[in-house]
Amino acid sequence: MLLLNECAKAGVIGLAAAAVGAVAASARDQIQIVGSSTVFPYTQAVSEQFSNMSGAASPVVESTGTGGGMKLFCAGIGESHPDLTGASRSMKSSEYELCQSNGVTDVTEALIGFDGLSIAISRDNSADWDLTLEEIFLALAAQIPVDGKMQDNPHQKWSDINPDLPDSPILAFGPPPTSGTRDAFVELAMHVGCESHPWIKEQGLAEDSGWVKENCSRMRQDGPFVEAGENDNLIVQRLNADTTAMGIFGYSFLYENLDTLKPVKINGVSPDVETIGDNSYPISRPLYFYTKNAHRGVIQGLQEFIEEYMSEEALAPGGYLSERGLVALNDSDRAALQEAVITGQTMNAK
Amino acid sequence: MVADKIGHTAISDIVAANLPRRKRKQGILVILGIGAILTAFLMLFILVSSLFFSGYHAFTQTHAEIDVFVDPEVIDANKLPRGNFRELLTNALIEIFPEVESRSEKTELYRMLSHGTQFQLRDMIVSDLSVIGTTVTMKVPLSDPFDQLNKGLIDRKTPEEQRRVNNQQISQFDRLSATGVISAPFNWNLLTNPDSRFPELAGLRGALIGSFWALLICFLLSFPVGIGAAIYLEEFAPKNRISDLIEVSINNLAAVPSVVFGLLALAVFIGWFGMPRSAPFVGGMTLALMTMPTVIIAARAAMKSIPNSIREAALGVGASRQQVVFGHVLPLAMPGILTGTIIGLAQALGETAPLLLIGMNAFITSAPAGPFDSSTALPTQIFIWADSPERGFVSRTSAAILVLLGFLIAMNSLAIFLRRQFERNW
Repeated sequence: MLLLNECAKAGVIGLAAAAVGAVAASARDQIQIVGSSTVFPYTQAVSEQFSNMSGAASPVVESTGTGGGMKLFCAGIGESHPDLTGASRSMKSSEYELCQSNGVTDVTEALIGFDGLSIAISRDNSADWDLTLEEIFLALAAQIPVDGKMQDNPHQKWSDINPDLPDSPILAFGPPPTSGTRDAFVELAMHVGCESHPWIKEQGLAEDSGWVKENCSRMRQDGPFVEAGENDNLIVQRLNADTTAMGIFGYSFLYENLDTLKPVKINGVSPDVETIGDNSYPISRPLYFYTKNAHRGVIQGLQEFIEEYMSEEALAPGGYLSERGLVALNDSDRAALQEAVITGQTMNAK
Repeated sequence: MVADKIGHTAISDIVAANLPRRKRKQGILVILGIGAILTAFLMLFILVSSLFFSGYHAFTQTHAEIDVFVDPEVIDANKLPRGNFRELLTNALIEIFPEVESRSEKTELYRMLSHGTQFQLRDMIVSDLSVIGTTVTMKVPLSDPFDQLNKGLIDRKTPEEQRRVNNQQISQFDRLSATGVISAPFNWNLLTNPDSRFPELAGLRGALIGSFWALLICFLLSFPVGIGAAIYLEEFAPKNRISDLIEVSINNLAAVPSVVFGLLALAVFIGWFGMPRSAPFVGGMTLALMTMPTVIIAARAAMKSIPNSIREAALGVGASRQQVVFGHVLPLAMPGILTGTIIGLAQALGETAPLLLIGMNAFITSAPAGPFDSSTALPTQIFIWADSPERGFVSRTSAAILVLLGFLIAMNSLAIFLRRQFERNW
């Protein structure tokens, strides 16, 4: 064992030295991008377009999830740290502090557009689904108000919540807690649904955002809500197999599978580019990317890449990002954004 | 004598009485064995055929032959490689569909071609400036929805708003198809192109080269270290409690889940040594940690099977222990060691979890030029494609799995071939 260890160690150290030397000798010419799996397809599109148009080395785009991306992004300045991270929510104050403490002080925030969170069901399901956020909350929260106090969710069928809803079991596949999609769903659907519940309103708890966050954030664990991992294609397959199951995922997956899946309307509105863009569809979220300004001009092509990301060809309605499902900002917001991001405005403290 | 006879009769009676039962038991065992093999084959058959049926579509790609007039008014030879190649292609399509006039209709029409067509045209013009002002015939891939339509994967009976192609696009495609310019040749792009977000352009080139570098590094590290450890343990180490402990540790190491090695690599190689993320070099080092115990075990077994008489004969004519090992034992054990190594490498080729942890699941639209360039590997490429929303990636995922299986079968066959060819019985 000793000898083995010694051998392995000698080999590893020798190779490590060689590797470090080789890396140090050649400055990084590829842009490194991490971050949210929701922003990933858009960054993919920009990076492919960028390397095709400019002939520059193609960026390395990794899908790490919003939180994982922030951790890598804020770990420091320099070649071994990524230049850009995508996020399906804005940077948290804890992440901002992490960035600051590691010397990543000059960061630009770019809100690139909106993404709708869709609830979808198989087209073979005959019912015409239209839910309110309150009904979604009552179906999927771990604890709901029953008889004047918060109790474990007793509902097993949609008809238990509202007799007008179909008499079919509640079953929803959704993203795991590590996912930005889950954070967004909890915040946009569960919290709002919770706040609109009559008993919670009566108690005056709806205005108490701390109480709402504490009591309405947990999804139920007793079966009707299933955490399905980060692979949205798997959820799509499950929905095709089980016609009573619903799936919660980004709008782009629904859009690509509209032949087998149909959206569940929320408050009577079904998600599409228009309803997400004008905010009439209630669960849509902003998408961001963050970039280190200290890397601009140092990492080859970073500034050009950001300019490609900010170009009208990419961002405008009808641009190639909207073809992939991004819902574009309106003209004036977009112009302000392009100005701020291309010049590299430092973001404000969170 | 009498007693003997009685005993004999009694035994043969018992044997005769038991015989049908024993035969029946043996028969059941044989049937169970055949059943087990059939079940295993059935599973394999289901796996491969389901992959094949979802994946074979990806081995062809719909192409169209179109005549493109390289208009000198649109393309300026002095401004290349910049230029509006898209306009040239749109004009070429309008030649075929002259009724298309409005801007939005033109955009719709252009979507029939793959996004990569404009770059294909650009590269053609840049490499040969004399085509400016002439008409060139290009064989270009169609975009994913039309590829699906041509392969019959889009049901024309579904209502228009639920389809990825509308009625007008279908009729345009049918008109184009009627003129005989549509073909579906073997999809070489699947093997020769790097990754792309467009299914019709996406290929495994980056993943294949990344896997090659990772396996090469893995081999260079695990093979010599593994053999060195095996030689010491088998030929030099004293047999005592410590060597027993080492044996148990190595066997345990071979059974450690691969994700653990991934976490180790993330902390040590990337964290402490500051090596680059997503590099096949780091991937190869991680896989080497996994492959090393397999190589050690295989090499020890191969050396153990060499008869002692060979060692003793060599020692008898005055060879040193070192000469015995390198002159006799190692050459004779080599086929067995290579077989074990190849099987270990085949395992490493299919390993996904450690590579995910060190970031080899990135999207990169170019193949790596060396082991330090970021890249993906075959299994992580499958992982990325399986997670892509576009329909075309469903069949490409299966096709990529078939390619991976092809490599695994080739490697395992090589191992069997080596064993058959060079194995000696003593």
